[in-house]
Amino acid sequence: MAKLPLEGIRVIEWCPIWAGPYAGMNLADWGAEVIRVENRYHFPVYTRGVMLKTPEFLAMQTAGYAAFKKPGYKEETAHNCFVIFNAHARNKLSCTMKLQDPKGIEMFKRLIKVSDVFLESNAPRVKESMGLTWDAVKEINPRLIMLSMPGFGGTGPHKDYRALGAHQEGFGGHTYLRGYVDEDPTTTTTIYHTDEAGGINGALAVTMALYQRSKTGKGMYIDMAQVESSMCHLAQAIMDYTMNGRITESMGNRDYHGAIQGCYRCRDVGGKWLPPAPLMGIPEEIWVVDSWVNITITNDQEWEGFCRALGNPDWARDEKFSDHLSRLKNHDELDKHIEEWTRQHDANEVMYILQKEGVPAGPVMDEQDAYSDPHLRARGFFEQLTHADAGTHLYPGLMCRMSKRPNSLRLPPVRLGEHNEYVYKKILAVSDEEYAELEKEGHIGTDFAPEAIGGGM
Amino acid sequence: MAEQALSDVKILDLTWYISGPYCTKLFADYGADVIKVERPGEGDPARKMGPFFKDDPHPEKSGLFLYLNTNKRGVTLNLQSESGKRMVKELVKDVDILVESFRPGVIERLGLDYETLEKINPRLVMTSISNFGQTGPYRDFKASELIIFGMGGSMKSLGLPEREPLKKGTGTPVLFSGGNTAAMMTMIALYAAKTQGIGEQLDMSLFQAQTGSIDRRMSELIAYQYNNEVTVRVDRRATRMFPYGIHPAMDGYWEIAAIGSQWPAVSKMLDMPELLEKWPNIMAQIMPGAREEFDAIFIPWCFEHTKKECVELGQKAGALCGPLATTEDMLQDAHFQDRGFWMEIDHPVVGKVTYPGAPFKAEEMPWQIRRPAPLLGQHNEELYCEKLGYTKQELVKLKEAGVI
Repeated sequence: MAKLPLEGIRVIEWCPIWAGPYAGMNLADWGAEVIRVENRYHFPVYTRGVMLKTPEFLAMQTAGYAAFKKPGYKEETAHNCFVIFNAHARNKLSCTMKLQDPKGIEMFKRLIKVSDVFLESNAPRVKESMGLTWDAVKEINPRLIMLSMPGFGGTGPHKDYRALGAHQEGFGGHTYLRGYVDEDPTTTTTIYHTDEAGGINGALAVTMALYQRSKTGKGMYIDMAQVESSMCHLAQAIMDYTMNGRITESMGNRDYHGAIQGCYRCRDVGGKWLPPAPLMGIPEEIWVVDSWVNITITNDQEWEGFCRALGNPDWARDEKFSDHLSRLKNHDELDKHIEEWTRQHDANEVMYILQKEGVPAGPVMDEQDAYSDPHLRARGFFEQLTHADAGTHLYPGLMCRMSKRPNSLRLPPVRLGEHNEYVYKKILAVSDEEYAELEKEGHIGTDFAPEAIGGGM
Repeated sequence: MAEQALSDVKILDLTWYISGPYCTKLFADYGADVIKVERPGEGDPARKMGPFFKDDPHPEKSGLFLYLNTNKRGVTLNLQSESGKRMVKELVKDVDILVESFRPGVIERLGLDYETLEKINPRLVMTSISNFGQTGPYRDFKASELIIFGMGGSMKSLGLPEREPLKKGTGTPVLFSGGNTAAMMTMIALYAAKTQGIGEQLDMSLFQAQTGSIDRRMSELIAYQYNNEVTVRVDRRATRMFPYGIHPAMDGYWEIAAIGSQWPAVSKMLDMPELLEKWPNIMAQIMPGAREEFDAIFIPWCFEHTKKECVELGQKAGALCGPLATTEDMLQDAHFQDRGFWMEIDHPVVGKVTYPGAPFKAEEMPWQIRRPAPLLGQHNEELYCEKLGYTKQELVKLKEAGVI
């Protein structure tokens, strides 16, 4: 059995929120030793919570992707129980350094000296103000690979623009291309595709650079703009503009390439509870009962299968739906017929009925559906981890498996400063006395300092 | 300029449509020699997919195909034929990577499964990309970009509470993302094959890649474990925080999130210091009526400015904001122009067209366009005669037999 691909590669991760840490996660998943460097005096808003020691009443209002673990909530450990963070933090190590202090920067540089990769996704001014630019770090370690992956990249007029994922999506055209065709764009929900694209491309870039380094022996600096790496995923709309001067608008759920397609409501389900979170726009408790299925009908063959699955209803024989072009022309009306049928079934039922006849269909799965999904279970996707503050839970696992390099989640989401001793004593060879001193000076710790800066709500 | 990182990497590309070709394009653009195998006659189905140059649905004019297949060499080969299978085996001897995106089971039926090919080339990295993976109860199910996102992604949370959930952007971003993930995994496996001398087989499921995606899905799955709460669609206009979300402008829309510690930037942007006294903190902001009062000042201000002006004023004041850029805005944005993101590529049939460029840049690892997407069967002779040693007469026979 072979080793994991990236065993022996040490990565320093100095990154806020998602795209950078997601790149780090992908490297950690496949064997790299990824060390997060965090600062007890800087509370990273949205990375480890909404504010320093988020009060319980506010934490209880969080929901969805930005929720804290609510049962047993403690302000002191909230930064270790924030799901935005715990989503990417498995398999990683964490150490703390006081980076506003020259000694902290010195420690950081000592770590750079013995690492292979320096991964950072801060606004460019941050590394500049800390003296951790490529020009500085390449002198310390000529074999170092530095990936800088801020939202807008390391050059250009928007280099120092301030933006969350939502705003990056806007610059990159993705927000404009989403939403209901018949609603105002102010209703469009935020997605974080730049984080997804940035994280994947970050890990791709780093591994490619390691490959190049194995031939040249030289390190390198990689400049990545999360927005650009994400814009590559919108090629159809972009090429239509550059080839035909046409501005692509949102098509809702319709298929760009001309299939019949939609998201249809199914029979209501028993109900899943969501408590109020007025700050997020959830004013009162919700019993979630809606259930949906996606169906795509690409060609005549699939249309025939669809009609068979429904028992060849009379409406389907109407002239209006007789060939693909007529079906596209009468898509709205067709949708109504389809939904009349789907409303009588569970989403999973619709999937099985249609797939049996060769028609692409699948439920819109919420979290509960995902955990009970037989396919994900059969493929062993979810894995159980025990986290000292959050307890024992199932976690989403590896995106992909290798046949010769069996792999699973090795470590639970990392807690702040959990590996200080290992990093300082084993990697940096700091003596016990020096370690005690660094602890006294505030470099080392497992919580944020009471005077930590960093905004928040 | 340094040599391209993957200039010593050879790839046999048996993929079609979007995810597979995007995976191999990422390798080709950083230097790999990618041999793209298409079906004789029709070729890759992406050749029939839009947008088309000047709206002419010609197999060499699909913008999607042109984008996805830059830097590749193209050959035609009928994999159902015995000669076709033999030629694949000959090619496999000399490649580092094989990527395929047939429906699960097909590659075995063709006798081109990993167990067979591994014997020919033990260092081979073979990536199989499919909707649901090579195992599991949904293995043979059909899917589309919408279906993969609905099952794997966080679709249930996109849209208005009373309406249907929504997909990601127009086009197929989820398929691009899946192909991108396949490229990352293939690169990791290639690095392992190179450093350890042992090949690898990857089972890449687009569904699973979505389920493991950072774009909210993983967080929401963990939140469900922690709190037993599911995600719902929220009307974001109902939030009591301000200014937060998408707002109109004179000529379109823009988005801003200037709450909490970002709030002073808004008073600066609007040049209204009194706002800070009126609503000093978030507790004051969430009081009933506060948002309505603020909107009565803010919305008219937005309508007096273009989206570009709103964003520039916001950024100048230090607010987190951005436009809802159209493709036209993106192409005109000085930032991406200045960074040289857009790439003009000349193609024998459509001529010079601007394409999206490098997802990341490094001097020691250049991204380069060496050739445009191949015409159907363009490199048959180059590859089959020069590389595999067939004569021109044999090519004629293979053509007549429907092999190429």
